[in-house]
Parts: sequence; structure tokens; C-alpha cells
Amino acid sequence: MDHPQAPPAPGPVVLALEDVNKSFGAVAALRGARLELRGGEAHALVGENGAGKSTLVKILAGVHGPDTGRVLLDGAPITLDNPAAARAAGIAVIYQEPTLFPDLSVAENIFMGRQPLHGGRRIDRRELAARCRALFERLAVHLDPERPARGLSIADQQMVEIAKALSFDARVLVMDEPTAALSGVEVERLFSVARSLRANGAAVLFISHRFDEVFDLCDRITVMRDGQWVSTDPTADLTVDQVVRRMVGREVASLFPKLDVEPGEVLLEVRDLTRRGVFADVSFGVRAGEIVALAGLVGAGRSEVVRAVFGIDGYDGGSVRVAGKELRKGSPAAAMAAGVALVPEDRRQQGLVMELSVERNATLTRRWKLSRLGLLSARRERATAATWSKKLQVKAGKLSDPVSTLSGGNQQKVVLAKWLSTDPRVLIVDEPTRGIDVGTKAEVHRLLSGLAAEGLAVVMVSSELPEVLGMADRVLVMHEGRLVDDIPRARADEDSVMLAATGHGDRTAVAP
Amino acid sequence: MSAPATHQPATVPPQPGASPDSGRRGASLVQRLVAMREMGILAALLLLLVVTEIANPRFLSAQNLRDLLLSASILTVLAAGQTVVIITRNVDLSVGSVLGLSAYATGTLLVKAPGTPVVLVVLAGMAIGAVCGAFNGAIVAVAKVPSLVVTLGTLYIFRGLDSLWASSSGRLQINAADLPNSFKSLGGASLLGIPVLFLVALVVVLLVGFCLRNYRSGRELYGIGSEPEAARLSGIPVGRRVFAAFVINGALAGLAGVLYAARFQTLDATAGTGQELTVVAACVVGGVAIFGGSGTVYGAALGALLLTTIGTALPQLGISPFWRNAAVGALILAAIVLDRTLSLRLARRLRGRNLRGS
Amino acid sequence: MAVDTAPAPAPRTSAEGPAASRLRLLGTGDGVITLVLVAFLVIAGLTVEGFASTRNAGFLLLDVVVIMLIALPLTLVIITGEIDLSVASTVGLSSAVMGKLWFAGLPLELIIPLCLLLGVVLGAVNGLLVTKLGLPSLAVTIGTLALYRGLAFVVLGDQAVADFPRSWTTWAISSIGTTGIPVVVVPLLVLVVITGVVLHATPIGRALYAMGNSEDAARFSGIDVARTKLWLFIVTGVVAALGGVYWTLRYGSARADNATGLELQVIAAILLGGVSIFGGRGGLVGVIAGVLLLASVRNALQLVNVPSDVLNIVTGVLLIVAVVAPQVAARLRRIRRPRGRPAVP
Repeated sequence: MDHPQAPPAPGPVVLALEDVNKSFGAVAALRGARLELRGGEAHALVGENGAGKSTLVKILAGVHGPDTGRVLLDGAPITLDNPAAARAAGIAVIYQEPTLFPDLSVAENIFMGRQPLHGGRRIDRRELAARCRALFERLAVHLDPERPARGLSIADQQMVEIAKALSFDARVLVMDEPTAALSGVEVERLFSVARSLRANGAAVLFISHRFDEVFDLCDRITVMRDGQWVSTDPTADLTVDQVVRRMVGREVASLFPKLDVEPGEVLLEVRDLTRRGVFADVSFGVRAGEIVALAGLVGAGRSEVVRAVFGIDGYDGGSVRVAGKELRKGSPAAAMAAGVALVPEDRRQQGLVMELSVERNATLTRRWKLSRLGLLSARRERATAATWSKKLQVKAGKLSDPVSTLSGGNQQKVVLAKWLSTDPRVLIVDEPTRGIDVGTKAEVHRLLSGLAAEGLAVVMVSSELPEVLGMADRVLVMHEGRLVDDIPRARADEDSVMLAATGHGDRTAVAP
Repeated sequence: MSAPATHQPATVPPQPGASPDSGRRGASLVQRLVAMREMGILAALLLLLVVTEIANPRFLSAQNLRDLLLSASILTVLAAGQTVVIITRNVDLSVGSVLGLSAYATGTLLVKAPGTPVVLVVLAGMAIGAVCGAFNGAIVAVAKVPSLVVTLGTLYIFRGLDSLWASSSGRLQINAADLPNSFKSLGGASLLGIPVLFLVALVVVLLVGFCLRNYRSGRELYGIGSEPEAARLSGIPVGRRVFAAFVINGALAGLAGVLYAARFQTLDATAGTGQELTVVAACVVGGVAIFGGSGTVYGAALGALLLTTIGTALPQLGISPFWRNAAVGALILAAIVLDRTLSLRLARRLRGRNLRGS
Repeated sequence: MAVDTAPAPAPRTSAEGPAASRLRLLGTGDGVITLVLVAFLVIAGLTVEGFASTRNAGFLLLDVVVIMLIALPLTLVIITGEIDLSVASTVGLSSAVMGKLWFAGLPLELIIPLCLLLGVVLGAVNGLLVTKLGLPSLAVTIGTLALYRGLAFVVLGDQAVADFPRSWTTWAISSIGTTGIPVVVVPLLVLVVITGVVLHATPIGRALYAMGNSEDAARFSGIDVARTKLWLFIVTGVVAALGGVYWTLRYGSARADNATGLELQVIAAILLGGVSIFGGRGGLVGVIAGVLLLASVRNALQLVNVPSDVLNIVTGVLLIVAVVAPQVAARLRRIRRPRGRPAVP
């Protein structure tokens, strides 16, 4: 892996965000965010989930507009009303999963709506293929322009998107977590493309969780935390340690500490769980009274593991035992009957039926238990929903209002109510406090602690380090589909967890 | 109508060291399959002709072949138009009724003004069809109502209007005797041994096929059906294109109505009843994916030819003609199932899976 | 998985049925269509000669039986977000098989269960193609619409079998005493009530609404989506087959083309009744009103000697209005709300 000579000195600022604020309802995604992208520079944007990175990208892509603050192109303010405007401004965004036309050829995907024409407005196919090949040559990519986009690997899809960006003479290339689904060789290819674009004067914005890649590719690193800009420094001046510390920071609000509980019997036992292409040989056990956190970077496979345990997805090897009894795979109903509950990661698509009322959502899991002779009474449903609402202090107008009218925190409480009402023995929560205000976060943490104290076994998938460190008796760390560490509470701190999550076993700072 | 399935998370790491050549292999595999589809229909067609010829040695006479082409012309024109709609991920079930309306209108026009030049008659038929198509297209594109439901409704509305017109005009049936000879002769005319009506169908297919392949707006139609989200992001004017697709389909259904009038010459309000299913079958069998985004008019035309041949061949093979309708349904199902299993298998093969670093 | 970025959907009225307050009921689709029905009945009763007689009511109800019958399971299917266009063809095939078997000499007591069994098979074919192969129900049922109708013609050809026993055919159209209300309305009402209870007051019904709104969330709540949908298609098949039996007895004639085009009326009635074509919304009260409204309109027009073509035009127009109106209403509601940015990142 050889680099060309040191990259040319970066040019003037091409794109800048100045003091941008952006809120969605009650949640402030960006507060005073700033960013400066120079031509000829690869710039990294790092931060934990919820730090505001994806919101920032969407603003650059023209999907959202800032509430306050400005976006400056070459020093002049610009409004990006829609994706087409962003494209016209020379900003191209490569997402983790590009949206292509699967049935159309690669060349047509790149030039849709702009295909080169003959005199009579007929598409000039030869010119189309030639231009496509020229673009691929610039990128040192070997793809047949005629092949359909269907079945292209993610890496190749990204190459197509980059070629599209080039065809637009993009001056700013934003890559949003592009390497999550790429193999080593493909990452190399992507990086050499990014470097050559940089050499040609483009500004590259690289968003990633992977520090080795960040330090390998980028000239400067901007750190964000909780929607705010934290720092921007040349990569040469930073160590991974420092970056991690800035990302995580010190939590100001004190979390409700986990109560010390004498752990009981093993309620959940996962042995050698394997799903081809997703995760392999995952084994762990959770006792009654324990809160076990499943930590790791995005894409490590944590949500996939818990979904397989609960039966939403199947698995290819291994076993799951609940209280000693083997659990049938692939059946959420069986998992529920065995006393397992899963509060899913995506509250709005998986956790709740947004169009239905609070009470319907809260009682959906108990619908059979609440019925007498097969009949449900709305009164009984409402009573159950009311009881749980009070227990969890859900703030809703009326229980019959659609659950979409509630704030994120209260929505999450409804999901918790729905699952707690099934009287589970094993509670799995996936990102329990994502997108929730601080106050409700504390309530949820208190609740989880209390549940563990009552004898539940709790598995908590979380990307928020303070939460993991504050709540967990043990931290299981996953890295690219494998369980790489099992850190007891005493030994767990930001460094040990983050470094295990990034695949580094030791605490040595990695200098670029 | 059901909610979209959950997306597989993007955490699936791909094959280690994916060679650039895997892309090329993938390309030729898909291309081969597409070509196979059209070859397959052609093969099935030839097989059917051969089998029928064996059963009845006088089947493949010049007269019979001419009749076959003549019979296929109307369905071919309808299939060409329906293809344009289906590739945008829509469907138009009202084409049979539009054909009937146009056929009756053609007859009425010729009865009232026998001297009208054929070109004008054709234009009139196509105009009526285009208006019907515009109605469908407006509701689908603007009100964003599923085309299935809309065209199910217009199927009955247009048919009802046709019936109403026929009964209120006092001319419930237009007979061959009422039509001018100049027009009637078109029905049976041949050019170099090939029926004129079939040549018209051929020209339509070539024209539509050419435009779909070689013009930007044609490619955008494919894009809309292939991935509506990408179409939106690319700035394609989806509403306008879908509207245009329905108008074109309507105009072609109108043309088919004129051809119908020339061919059958006895017209009442039942012309074209039930054709919509045969047309959808022809398209689906011909490789036009019901989910949109792929398929060609040439395939649809071959599908139309195959279906027509089945209809003609069945009695020759001693099979009751009542099996024809069941065959249409079975073919639709077979084509959809085949497409689905093929695409699943293809997707699995083109995507390799392996754990990174394991 | 990245945080969802779609905006929160506009809060819609929740999908509760009669359990909601009466006043709220009037504001929903259910309420509107019931009002329209009542209004139409009053107007027609006053203006159309012969509409308001018990004899006419009897005819109207007889006409409604099969449509209402099929509308019951089809409503459940549509609420879960699927559709079944093949119902009318199932009626036809069931009728044709009934005629063929009767012609062959089998007793009706054996024929009817066999027809119901046929309905199971026909429904299962639809259901398996949709749930096991993941094919869109739209495409599948267009295919089975053609296939089943075609098979009906294969079974019975062009003929009609018409010599069914008088006791059965008379029963099919007989009324209760002198009221003019057909006897079959009683079992029909029982089925209507059962369906209503299932949809609005059982765990199954709750699951259906959940599935229709968010299949993912339903699955994550432990609902077996595939199995539920399969059963729905099977039940639809059985009920449609039963409808075919009744149709044959009612008209005294088994023909392969019986009930051609009936799916239009059933779907139009359901959509008119406030059930959303996209699934997840609507109630049985509205569907009943929709069926009755459509039948009354047709009945009144027939009394005024409007040709049947116009009837079809009216049905088609009502179908389109039934689907366009909610879209327009939603658009208007969105315009009135402040046009803000999405509610969640």
C-alpha cells in the first residue's frame, strides 16, 4: 500500500457550515455546528451515533434545511432546497447503501436524464459507453458500462455513485460511512479513488467510525458530540486516544447508577450463534439481575444478534437457551412464550405501529391474555394501558390518540410498557435511549436498573458509552460480527471499550 | 399495497477481495438471461407450430399463417401500449373497453361520413383512446391512486359509455354492409403477402421499441418502474412521465379499436370485452416484469403472438377452446413465479457473502 | 441501523371501530358513508316510484346477499394491505362445479361441501403464492382471476345446468312470513356480526390492523404475518365458493359466466365504505353501509329504467371517487398544517 507524495497543500474553503442549528420537534440534532471543507483535502467527521453527523450530511445533500445558520459555497451563502440543488452546487453524497436503478445499465444509472445525444435527440449509446469508460478509467475501476446495476456489490455501487459525482464535476464528495460493507481490497480501491479526487482539487468529507481508516486517509479531523462541534485539528496532531476522548466526553448529567444485585441463575444462554455473512460464534450468558451491554461500532452485528435471539431473523448455527430450555429459532411468538422480550432499535418502524393509538400499541403484545373467550373489551385494554402508562409515567394527551403524537421519549415508554406487560424474564433493549431527551433517558435507566433488581436478565445494545459504562455489569464488545471482549464493570472504561470495538486489543495510541 | 419489507441491514460484509471481473461475469449472466427469455418465447412458439403441424398437416398453410398474423395484430398493438404502462410499475385494465369505444366510434364515423380518409379515421380512434388514457393517467399521476383500482373503475365506465352510446344512437350494431368498401378492404389487404394490419402492428412495435430504447424519456420510464426512489432523487418528472405513458397506451388502444373495426366489421358494444387480461398475459409472458423496470415491446409482441397461436392451435390439437382462457391465467401465474424465482436466484448468485476478516 | 429519517406521518384518526365514542364515529369514514346511505334511502324512498315497498326491499336484499357475503372476508384482506381480485371467478368456478356435479347425479348434500372444499383450495393457491413466494397479491389474483374463470369454462363450457330441486331454489328466494325479508338474510346477518366482532373485538382483529399499518412492527410484536394472511385468503376462497353455491340456487342456474364482474361491485363497496386501499384503516360498519348504498343506488336506477350500462358507469365512478376522495382530503389536511420540515431526524 503505497501513498503518492504528500498531498498538495489544501486550497481555499469550498464549502462551509456556519453556526447551524437544526431541530426535529423537541430534539435538537445540531447546535451551533460548523464545518470547513477545503479543496484538495480529505476531511474526517467523527462522533458517536446521535452526534449529529447524519443530520449534517442531509443538510449538505439538500434533504433538510438549517433552522438557523448558513451554508457557504466559495464564501457565498447558498440555499440547498432539494437534492438537485445540492448536485447543481457540485456536492455529491455517497451513502452507505446507494439507490440505483437495478434494471438499468451502469452507464444509464450514471447518466440518467443526461445521456449524450445524436443530432435527432436520439441517445448516442457509443458515446454513452465511452464517457462511462472514461470515468471509470479516471477512477481506475473495471466495470462493464453495459451491465445492469442489479447485483453489483455495495463497493461497486459506490463506484457507480462516485462516477456519477464525477460526471457532475462535483467539487465536494461526501462519503457517509462508506466502508461498513466493504472488504479490505475494496476499501483500498475506494481510498485510492478518494485520494486521486483530492489530488484533483476536490474536497472529500469522510464520515466513519473506523479510526484506522480515518487516520489513514484524512488530513484533518472534526469531532462532534451531542450535535455540537467539538474540535477540528490536523490528523498529524492527534492520537486515536484523544479523538475517542473528545467523542465521548464527560457526561454532565449523572446517570442513575446500577444497583448492586446478587446475580441469580442463568436465564439466557447463547452458544456459538452464527449467521453466515453477519455474525459468527457469538456466545454469552446473562443471569437474573444482570444488565449485560452489547457494545460495538455501527455494523458490528449487535442488533442482528439480538434479532436472531428473539426470532425475527433465523440463524445458521448455534443455539439459544432460556432458563435452560432450548428456544425454537425463527419464531418471535415462541420467544415471547418463553419470556423473552425485545425492544427494537427502530422505534417507529419496528417498535410501534405509528398510526394506531397509544392504548392499542401498549396492549398489542397482551391481546390474547386480555381477552375472555376470544373477545376483547376496549375497557380492559384501556385499563391495562392506563396502568402501565402511570407506572412508566407516559405523558400523552389521551390514550386513544395516535402514538405518533407523543414525543420520542414517551413513545419509547410505550414500547417498554408493551413489552413489560408480557412479564418477561429476559428483556432485550436495542438502543433504549436513542433520540430521547435527557430527563426521560434517566427514567429509562432507572427503570432498567429496577427491573434487573427484580430479577430480570437484561441485555442492552447501546452505542452510547456513558450509558454502557453506567448501566452494565458486563460489557460484551462486538467487532465485525464477532464477540471480541467481555469486560466486567470494574475494568470497563471508555478506552477499553472503544478500543476493543475498533479492533484494537491494547491501549497504545495509534499515531498516523 | 402491503407495507414494504424491512431492508436487510447494510452490515453484511461482502466477499473478500472481490475481483473486478466478478462484475463482468455478473453482467453477461444477466444479459444472457434476458436474451434467453425472448429466445424462450420464440422457441415455445416454434414448438407449438411444429406440434400443431404434426397433428394437423394442413395447419401451416399460407392462408392459415396469414390469418394467424391478422389475428395477432390487434393484441400486439394492445400489448405494445400496455408495456409502456407496465414498465412504470402501473397497469391499465381498461384497454379492452377503450378498444370497444374506439371501434364503435370508428364505425359510427364511417357510417355517418363514408368518404372520410382512412388517416383521419385512425387519428379519430387514437384521439378517443388518448382522452381515455389521459383520464386514467391524471388520476394515477395526480391523485396517486393505485392504477389497478383506477383502471378497474374505468374499465366499467368506458364500457358503460360505449354501451350507452350504442343504445342511445339507435345503432346497436354496425354491420359490415354499413361500412364503406375502401375501409373494409383494409381488413383483408396484404402487402407482399403480409396482411396490412399486421404491418401496422409491426410498425407500432418497432416505433415504440425504438423510442423506449433510444430516447431519454423512454429510459426514464424504465427508471421510474425500476426504482421510484432513485427516479425521484434523479429529478425525473415522475408524474408527467406516468401521465404520458397512460396517454400513449390509450392512443394505442384506440388504434387497436380502428384495426378491430377493419378486421371484424361487425361492431357492437361488446367489442374488446375481456381483452385486458390477455394483454397483461402477453406482456408478462413476454418478459415485461409486472413490478416494472424491465422488459421490451419485442418480448410483449412475441408474447402476443404466442397467445394468439395457442388460441388457434388448441382446436387443431383437439383441445376444447375453453382451455384458452384457463391457459391465459396459468401463463400469467407461471410467468410471475418464474420471474420471481429467477430474480431471487440471480440476486443470490451475484451477491457473495462472507464475514470480513474471518 | 441508521435512525429512521422519514417524517412522522400526519396523525390519522385511529382505526378503532364502534368502540370509539359515538360522536367521534360520525366524523370518520364510517360515519360519513352511513349518513350518505340514510340520506339516499330517504331521497329515493320519496322520489322513486316503488322504491319504498317491502317487495322492493326484498329484491334489494336478495341482490345484496352475495356481495355482502364476499365483502366480509375481502374487507379483512384489504385491511391487511393485500387484495383478492379472483373472488368473482371463484364464485363462477364454484357454480360451474356445482352444475357439473349435479348433472352427474350427485346429491346436493354432497356437492355443497365439495364446493366449499374447492374454495379452500382456490384460496390456498392465492395465499401460498403471496406468502410463500412473496409475490404481490395484485399480480397473483389477476392471474387467478383469469385462471379460475377459465377453469369454470373448462368444467361447464357454454351450457347452463338449471334443473336444481325446487325446494332448494325456492328457499333461496323465499321470505320470512309476509315481511318480504329474504330468509337468507338471517344467516347472512350472523356472518356479518361474527365478522364485525372478529375485526373489532378480538386479538385477531387487532393483529390485522397492526399488519395493515406496519408489517414490520406487527412481526416484531410476535404476530405471524404470513400465516394470518394465508388463512385470510383461504377463508375468502371458502366464502366466495359459498357465494357461488347460493348464486346458483338463487338464480336456479349454474353457468360458467355467473358473477362475471362482481369483484368490481364488492371492491367498490368496500372502498366506498371507508376502507383504505393501502390497508390498516376502515371498519365493518362502513363496509355494510357501502354495500347497501351501492345496491340501493343500482336498485333505484333500475326502477327508473336506467339501462344496466349506466349502472356500471355509476359503480365505476363511485369506485374512483371512493379512492380519490381520501387522497384529496389528506392533501388538503397537509396544506392546512404548517408546511414544516420532517418531525424527526
